[in-house]
Amino acid sequence: MTGAAVDVSGLVKKFDGKTVVDHVSMRVEHGEIAGFLGPNGSGKTTTIRVMCGLLIPDGGGGTVLGYDLRQRHKIKREIGYMTQRFSLYEDLTIAENLDFVAGLYGLRPARRYVRDALADLGLTARRDQLAGTLSGGWKQRVALASCVMHNPKLLLLDEPTAGVDPKARREFWDEIHLRTENGLTVLVSTHYMDEAERCHRVNYISQGKLVASGSVAEVIAESRLTTWIVDGPHLSDAAHLLSGKPGVDEITHFGKTLHVVGRDASALERSVRAVARTTGVHAQIGDTTLEDAFISFMTNGEGGAR
Amino acid sequence: MRRFFSLRRLAALWKKEVIQMRRDKVTFAMMLGVPLMQLILFGFAINNDPTELPAALVAPTQDHYSRAIVSALELTGYYRFVYPGVSASEAERLIASGDVSFVVTIPSDFGRRVDRGDRPTLLIEADATDPAVASGAISTLGTVASEALLHEMRIASRDDANPRTHLNVIVHRRYNPDGISQYNIVPGLLGVILQMTMVMMTSMALTRETERGTMENLLAMPATAMEIMLGKVLPYLGVGAVQVIVVLGAAKLLFQIPFVGGLGLILMGVLVFVLALVLLGYSISTFARTQMQAMQLTFFYFLPSLLLSGFMFPFRGMPVWAQWIGELLPLTHFLRVIRAVMLKGSGYADVQASMLALGLFVVFFALLALARFRRTLD
Ligand SMILES: Nc1ncnc2c1ncn2[C@@H]1O[C@H](COP(=O)(O)OP(=O)(O)O)[C@@H](O)[C@H]1O
Ligand SMILES: [Mg+2]
Repeated sequence: MTGAAVDVSGLVKKFDGKTVVDHVSMRVEHGEIAGFLGPNGSGKTTTIRVMCGLLIPDGGGGTVLGYDLRQRHKIKREIGYMTQRFSLYEDLTIAENLDFVAGLYGLRPARRYVRDALADLGLTARRDQLAGTLSGGWKQRVALASCVMHNPKLLLLDEPTAGVDPKARREFWDEIHLRTENGLTVLVSTHYMDEAERCHRVNYISQGKLVASGSVAEVIAESRLTTWIVDGPHLSDAAHLLSGKPGVDEITHFGKTLHVVGRDASALERSVRAVARTTGVHAQIGDTTLEDAFISFMTNGEGGAR
Repeated sequence: MRRFFSLRRLAALWKKEVIQMRRDKVTFAMMLGVPLMQLILFGFAINNDPTELPAALVAPTQDHYSRAIVSALELTGYYRFVYPGVSASEAERLIASGDVSFVVTIPSDFGRRVDRGDRPTLLIEADATDPAVASGAISTLGTVASEALLHEMRIASRDDANPRTHLNVIVHRRYNPDGISQYNIVPGLLGVILQMTMVMMTSMALTRETERGTMENLLAMPATAMEIMLGKVLPYLGVGAVQVIVVLGAAKLLFQIPFVGGLGLILMGVLVFVLALVLLGYSISTFARTQMQAMQLTFFYFLPSLLLSGFMFPFRGMPVWAQWIGELLPLTHFLRVIRAVMLKGSGYADVQASMLALGLFVVFFALLALARFRRTLD
């Protein structure tokens, strides 16, 4: 297939006159894992729903797997969508849920597909457990099993690891990486920074607008931030003195260090050095993290890099 | 895999509904419990044979014959002559206002005709609005009155009299020209019970998915509106079948309702009716946003359909505007079919119009639901 797996531009979605997705353009290349980040209520779920044909955009358009967004029926058959909220049937067992999904996708023989999906995700022992009685991590596995069973070309995962313990999160990501090696394309929304760093590309959305996209390194570079790492005694005094000084945009505590971030590198350096002299703390230049970049995009709102 | 309709997808949807239905113990119990409960409740109401009903007597010349008949009627326990001597116009007012259930008219020439050996006439007007009230009293009337008269004539030693020609009893069932009898209730009850469970259950079909958040997943998968609709309503045909067996069985065993017509025709009527009902319920679920709204819409439909379908009140006794509304209710047409076939033994030709009307409801509700179905979350 030519072109990108997802190629949408200028997407607009309004609810009751309120613009929730505001001219969002996004490309996801075949075989890559694209991260979709942004604070709660920024429009991630809505954008994903538009991409899988569950919402009709009020503006813009594009293609998913080469199909126009309006060819909903065709798109549905080739994508797997994992909803943010568990949306399988809680009064059906795991196996019954998967059997239902297999039937809807016309997989034959359904029994074998269900058996393989159960085995793949380590669900065989729980096959006859009601889905409603599972814990978060297991529900997430069942949901993943149900949306990969028909071997989709594109997976849209909406905050798949929210409320899941770290070990299960890691296993989940290993599973995703394994599948992309076989050509699967994934768009995954999350607000965990460590997860963003496991993506080939990230897209950051804030208040319905896409404010950054690219590889992690690109996004960090794009933010044009300088970060100073401050450590030593009297850290809180230093933090107090630094706040509001020229060039200082953001101060974050990280254990026994302070991350002091600013866009104006020279002004920031002067302020940091002055405070270091008066309080006796030690300051050195450090790496800007993705989180610093995102916080800066968020606080600068529209003015962010694009 | 077919684009618009696939039996495999339908089968998957159907199977899922059946499993969910089976797991929902309360609902499942209700689907079987409601018909039994209603049958028993209504059954007792039917068996309850009311006595001591108020009656008026119009007898311009009160002779010993008329007195004998009146006391014999009172002895049956059904009649209580609270207005023993009124004029015809007064009697008319009394029965219209519901103060009396019967008006017994003994014409002024009654005694003369008896003495002459002519055939005397006795007129009974019954308020048949409530068929259970009227029927017991009317059925005993002819024999009781004749016997009383015969007895009276023997006392007068007129033993040459021939009892067969003695009395001509004319019964007017007022306000109920269809002559709805208690037998009509049980077949009608089948319609009401089916309607109650079928419409109520299916009216939740889509709202339940929406409220539980499963709609998003369902819509994200390749099922079409038609498949979802059929997958949701077809399982209820099975429930309907069980209810039909329960009600018809009880009608035969408990209430000795006669089955005059063909069972095949009855079942065909039931099938079309149930299809119309489940699609009506499903249409409601495309309008409602919550299960609560679905319930309210369902009851919004139930009330007129109980009152205006001919189940509670005789259809032809209603004002014309009410009859027009009644024509728009599936229950009305089903009652016509089931009563005609079960009680009168009518054939297909007799009930064709009602059958076609039911078929039209099926098509209409299916198209309405498909048009209303929201394929997206908008
Ligand atoms: N169906 C809807 N009707 C009205 N408002 C909605 C609807 N869905 C989402 N919103 C609003 O749109 C905004 C974005 O929501 P969402 O896309 O769920 O954000 P995210 O997934 O990034 O948390 C929120 O303010 C939310 O309240
Ligand atoms: Mg969301």
